[in-house]
Amino acid sequence: MPANSWTPDQPIVAIHDLHKSFGALEVLKGVSLEVMKGEVICIIGPSGSGKSTLIRCINALNPVDSGSILVEGQEVNDPAVDKLALRKKVGMVFQQYNLFPHKTALQNVMMAPLKVLKQPRGEVEKRARALLTRVNLEGKEDSYPGELSGGQQQRVAIARSLAMNPDVMLFDEVTAALDPETVKEVLVAIKDLAQSGMTCILVTHEMGFAREVADHIYFTDRGVIVEHGPPATFFTESSDPRTREFLSQIL
Amino acid sequence: MNAFQQFFFDLSEEHPRWNFIFFYDPVQTERVLSGLWMTIQLSVVCVILSVLIGLVGAWLQGAHSRLVRAVVQGYIQFFRNTPPLIQLLFFYFALGQFTPTYSPDGWLEVPIISNVGWAIISLSFFAGAFNVEIFRAGIEAVPESTREAAESLGMNRLQAFIYVVFPLAFRVSLPALNNNLVNLVKTTTQALAIAVPELLYQMVSIYNDYSTAQNACMVVLFVVYIGLVGILVTGMNAWERAARVPGYGQ
Amino acid sequence: MEGATTDLPVLRPFRPVARGGPADLGFSRWLAEMPPIALLGFAFLACAWPIVAAAQGNFTTAQAFDALWRWMPFLVSKGFALNILISFFTMLTGTVAGVLLGLGQVSPLRPLAATCWFVTQLFRNSPWLVLLFIVMLAFPFEIEIAGTVYLIPDWTKAVFGLALPIMANISEIVRGGIQSVPTGQWEAAESLAFTRGQTLWQIILPQCFKRMIPPWMNWYAILTMATPLVSLLGVEELVTLSRQAMEAEDNHPELLMPFFGFALVIFFLYCYPIARWTLRLERRFAVRQ
Repeated sequence: MPANSWTPDQPIVAIHDLHKSFGALEVLKGVSLEVMKGEVICIIGPSGSGKSTLIRCINALNPVDSGSILVEGQEVNDPAVDKLALRKKVGMVFQQYNLFPHKTALQNVMMAPLKVLKQPRGEVEKRARALLTRVNLEGKEDSYPGELSGGQQQRVAIARSLAMNPDVMLFDEVTAALDPETVKEVLVAIKDLAQSGMTCILVTHEMGFAREVADHIYFTDRGVIVEHGPPATFFTESSDPRTREFLSQIL
Repeated sequence: MNAFQQFFFDLSEEHPRWNFIFFYDPVQTERVLSGLWMTIQLSVVCVILSVLIGLVGAWLQGAHSRLVRAVVQGYIQFFRNTPPLIQLLFFYFALGQFTPTYSPDGWLEVPIISNVGWAIISLSFFAGAFNVEIFRAGIEAVPESTREAAESLGMNRLQAFIYVVFPLAFRVSLPALNNNLVNLVKTTTQALAIAVPELLYQMVSIYNDYSTAQNACMVVLFVVYIGLVGILVTGMNAWERAARVPGYGQ
Repeated sequence: MEGATTDLPVLRPFRPVARGGPADLGFSRWLAEMPPIALLGFAFLACAWPIVAAAQGNFTTAQAFDALWRWMPFLVSKGFALNILISFFTMLTGTVAGVLLGLGQVSPLRPLAATCWFVTQLFRNSPWLVLLFIVMLAFPFEIEIAGTVYLIPDWTKAVFGLALPIMANISEIVRGGIQSVPTGQWEAAESLAFTRGQTLWQIILPQCFKRMIPPWMNWYAILTMATPLVSLLGVEELVTLSRQAMEAEDNHPELLMPFFGFALVIFFLYCYPIARWTLRLERRFAVRQ
């Protein structure tokens, strides 16, 4: 499908039969899923089931072995893919925040629009301040990452991704490294984002949160999608024994 | 003669073993100052060149070609593991004999690289070998995940390197770099071996000419070098403090 | 919440820590970690130069190497042997003085500690060659003990000159080693009624002694590479004798490459095994802590 034929009524992210191995270890064994614009999907599953690999593949951080990933009709599994164009469309937030420690919160948010998109400074700064305010970090603009708590750093990371005006946001277990008391502030920021119509793909262990914000939940285990469905039915009427076992352990 | 010169002149009359001749004899003052200037020039040029060599070498060490990496390794090991003095002698005498010469007056034959030139080359490559490893270790100390974050924001490898990896790597490298540069300034004294007219050379020739100036030369030499190194260390430490980011490193 | 600083991605270890203290192993590490391929490159360089040299002049490279071959036993037994002798005596003197100075640096007597710190910094930061010149000129060349005049050979003065910077650097190793032991150890010993001296000798030093050996050996290798400096003061070690040998062979420029090249190689061959050994000791001690 050529890039220009994509229309917003088609899936914004469409993954088909994705395979990925690290050496002898096959992490993804034929995964397919589709995300529509404005949808929030959560990917859950035991650790080592390939969730993070899947989400990293969407951003072309990991090359895939076979299969197809279409983002707005653009094939990501193509050596000639324009990674800059892809990453402008797809923002990513990491488990370990990965802020740039030598830059303040504001500079972290401004850096990519300035250096990558070459946008004018005044405009970028205005937008960056607005984004930091949106994630409740007013007054922390000039703090260095080392001076912020984990939850605050993660919210800077979210603002940093949003500064590129992405169409899709990827969240890779963004609360897993946080203290319990700061998890909530990050979840609030993501929920706010989801409700504003941003397309979000989350890998998460927060079942309550997934149930609350997700439009669709995917359960992965050992490299395949075992089961998926809307939260209302997924948590109560799951049929596969692996899903039930996982849910019984975690809920 | 001003009061300062008069004081040291009287001192040399009263105590012949403490003849600070360069404090009252303008000719000797000129020699000391030109020596000091040469030492400073040598240090500054070698510091800059060695840092450039370090950067290029660290970059080449990431090359895909095995041959390139082997050549860089060979260079590092050769310069690190042999005495700098013999390197100087080897460069100036053994390699210097092959440098092309030119003739400004159709009579004299002047090699295109002078002894100062060879000192700069030799000392820069000597310190550069250490700098390559210092920068490489700094780059390796930056976590892969930080680089990935930069790439996920749409930066290409070069942008990620310039804006994220290198600024962090440089901060990590700074203490070791400082140490090496201080060491380089101290090593410039060895250029004496190939008659580069730096401070030590000038001082040694002054006391060879005026044996009574021996003690004075040694005292001043010691004080000046401690001072030079002190200035460098203070400056670099201030730089280190200024470049420190909260919560990173240490 | 606390621990904001620990939330950053953990820095991976930065290896060439060149600051004073027990981690000061940069030199040995580089030397010892040289991959075999580097040796190939090294050998290539060593071979390429004589070939370049062969292109010039009528005194052939073969003749030059022949001359080197004839002089080699003399250069090694009289020249390099003196370098090694100087390095041994310097290390001995420098270590004894350095340990005392280092212990002085951690003394509870403020003026003593400050003085020792000052002396350490002074000799750590001055060029070796300047120290050598000063010692060579300041020391008498003969002393009179009970009516007999003893000549002091140049090389023993060189030992003192080189021992000064070694002393200062060993002092830093000792200070760094002692300070690397957690302060809780001092407090625990004090609560058991150990005196300060007892604590130092029976509790602290046994813990850090092994950690000081690798950096100490590292400084030995650096010292060995500094011994050719004494040739500038007329001591008849390897470099001086090499020059004399070249003079005896009529100063053909073709001699320079083999003779200075040989000097480079012999130092390399001496320092490399030391570096390997240093690194092995460091790894072993690191596991045991």
